[in-house]
Amino acid sequence: MTTGVGSVAAMVVLTQATYDAIVAHARRDHPDEACGIVAGPAGSDRAVRFVAMANAERSPTFYRFDSAEQLRVWREMDNRDEVPVVIYHSHTATEAYPSRTDIAYAAEPEAHYVLVSTADPERESFRSFRIVDGQVSEEEVRVIASAELTAR
Amino acid sequence: MAIEVRIPTILRSYTDGQKAVEGTGETLASLIADVDGRHAGLRDRLVEDGELRRFVNIYLNDEDVRFLGGLETPVADGDTVTILPAVAGGSWAASDRIARVAH
Ligand SMILES: [Zn+2]
Repeated sequence: MTTGVGSVAAMVVLTQATYDAIVAHARRDHPDEACGIVAGPAGSDRAVRFVAMANAERSPTFYRFDSAEQLRVWREMDNRDEVPVVIYHSHTATEAYPSRTDIAYAAEPEAHYVLVSTADPERESFRSFRIVDGQVSEEEVRVIASAELTAR
Repeated sequence: MAIEVRIPTILRSYTDGQKAVEGTGETLASLIADVDGRHAGLRDRLVEDGELRRFVNIYLNDEDVRFLGGLETPVADGDTVTILPAVAGGSWAASDRIARVAH
């Protein structure tokens, strides 16, 4: 599970519905940071099941998944043979780029780290990154119709 | 019977890829020491200066051990200990960077 990152296309594929749900969550929790995951079958790299998580810090500059909720959601993924394909959070006053803190705590080398900035009230910025061993690489965000993802 | 310790992806390099290992002990600290005896290096990823690392969550069955007794939490045969890296971050350092760019 810790290998193969290099062979994955530098792209995250999201349905329009999932993209919209992430942005809506970020807007709803603004000015606090919002966070969550999109789960998908292990090994598939398909982000299919959106799960908004509580930010236990309730902070405009920090986020942390609530530990009890995280255990519940991680167990559920285990039972369904899923992984967190996407881990997202928002920046509410700054750009959608991983901070030093984000990089230091990134513990899922296989995940797509999605960042949404709600700093501009009119237009969000939505970007995705891999964070592996402290190295950040940006990747393309591709938004597709829901039917297309099921067919992949 | 023993205590099952569930290992997250990021720490499976210490357990030859195994998702779960077994160990024994009276407390979480002694259980971690026991497991570290067979999977050297694991303890350092969980404990620092005698304290649980801040960005690691350890659960005894369904409870975060921070709300029990931390490393002194008693454990017993049949228990399951689950380790999960905290999912956390922030924007503080990014705003720091922007502030520098703006000046
Ligand atoms: Zn951040």
